[in-house]
Amino acid sequence: MTDLRVSLAGLELDNPVIPASGCFGYGKEFAAYYDINLLGSFSFKGTTLEKRFGNPTPRIAETPDGMLNSVGLQNPGVRHVIDVELPEMRAYFRKPVIANVSGFSIDEYVETCRLLDGQEQVGLIEVNISCPNVHGGGMAFGTDPASAAAVTRAVKAVAKKPVYIKLSPNVTDIAAIAKACEAAGADGISLINTLLGMRVDLRTRRPVLANRMGGLSGPAVLPVALRMVYQVWEAVKLPIMGMGGVTTARDVIEMMLCGATAVQVGAANLVNPYACREIIEQLPVEMEKLGIGSLSEIIGGAHA
Amino acid sequence: MNFTITTNERLTEMVWRMTLRGDTSTLTAPGQFVQVSLPGFFLRRPISVCDWDGEGLTLVYKVVGQGTAAMASLQPGEHLDLLTGLGNGFRVEACGERPLLIGGGVGLPPMLGLCRALLRAGKRPRLLAGFGKAAECFLLADFETLGVPVTVTTLDGSRGLRGVATDAMPLLDFDSLCACGPLPMLRAVWRQTGGRGQYSLEERMGCGFGACMGCSIQTRGGSRRVCKEGPVFDGMELMWE
Repeated sequence: MTDLRVSLAGLELDNPVIPASGCFGYGKEFAAYYDINLLGSFSFKGTTLEKRFGNPTPRIAETPDGMLNSVGLQNPGVRHVIDVELPEMRAYFRKPVIANVSGFSIDEYVETCRLLDGQEQVGLIEVNISCPNVHGGGMAFGTDPASAAAVTRAVKAVAKKPVYIKLSPNVTDIAAIAKACEAAGADGISLINTLLGMRVDLRTRRPVLANRMGGLSGPAVLPVALRMVYQVWEAVKLPIMGMGGVTTARDVIEMMLCGATAVQVGAANLVNPYACREIIEQLPVEMEKLGIGSLSEIIGGAHA
Repeated sequence: MNFTITTNERLTEMVWRMTLRGDTSTLTAPGQFVQVSLPGFFLRRPISVCDWDGEGLTLVYKVVGQGTAAMASLQPGEHLDLLTGLGNGFRVEACGERPLLIGGGVGLPPMLGLCRALLRAGKRPRLLAGFGKAAECFLLADFETLGVPVTVTTLDGSRGLRGVATDAMPLLDFDSLCACGPLPMLRAVWRQTGGRGQYSLEERMGCGFGACMGCSIQTRGGSRRVCKEGPVFDGMELMWE
């Protein structure tokens, strides 16, 4: 028998597979395709204090083995999430959900986290300090250790649930940011968010995205994500949710060997709505082939 | 959903028609679309359904980039993975007795399935099709076979009336309309009719089923996803002033 269970700072998961924020909405579009209760959990759409329409379209561009997005944190605002999305979610998802939170000031992060922390369905808070698609906030907090620590400290002061800080890969030393978050009291680290990129339309000679630049995700970023999870595992003692380009059960195992306790799946859901179900079904098969009895035993196994 | 290509033929220099056999049970209205997975390309391609029956469906598509070029090179017998039944199509019951269907360029294909649905509902549709020039015209014979009146405009006058589709609208008798085509055409129709009718919009998409928020637009009722609440919108919802 294979054992897929893992533990995230006290949150017990049936398996480590978690759809990533921004690629799974609030779950209902996927619940129409399969029973999403088979997931470990899922991280819902990045939520801000006030509702946001986001950036102009085009917001999506294709890349070799991946995609760019410049959605810009479109979401209905935290009150709508609490009043409408979470009550609706009870009908199709019965496990604790991960609340992904974004903001433009420390006060905003604090208030949004405080409101979501009080929701029974929320099992864990993931604080996004790394969105590349918004100006004047978001990623600015994630590119400087002191700012990252300040957000972490402020959110930890109001949250009773475990707090994971989601880091940006668009930095020179991700380990330094992770260490700052650990010192400020974070319960865990999520990484990576998307890599800043762009594409140009050869006919119009203009960027494809209306926002000019956007976040790169998909299989193209997997090796970058593996490297950064590996580096952060060496730098901190906190559990890690690893993500970036994960598409298969073998990618999940590779990410866990680098140091991830749980593994998020993002862009793969957008091109195959059944991606996470297929990964979860395939994990025991790959584990047997590789002689893995319990997934939690391989976490960080790639480190000497 | 696995589909098998039965034909894939060129209609004009840039436009192709592909027929596929497979499960069409999730298609419920003309104007819905499918997301086509193409080997070697990460994102699926959203393509409107031209027409369908219990055995399969027809896609008429324009080669606009590398993905659709790859699609044009596929051969009968090859398989394609499709997400089908996506979006909300045209509402036949919202049309009057004499609907005008306006198709601009590669916006024309879904009008064929719509036309047949309107005829089945006992209505008397007519078609207004706009193209650049005679050599770019396609699918018109399929409408003529259905016995509906067809009016054609071309920018250079090489077939039908010279001008754009909206130039011909005052000449035609209709009590409702459905339009699909390039945004400038849709806006012109919308302005000319005071926002009446149903409009099929196009937008670059990520997923096609409402998850990524890649194709959001602002409407009178708030933000809407072209892939999920659309692609067909009531003109009164649109904000094109």
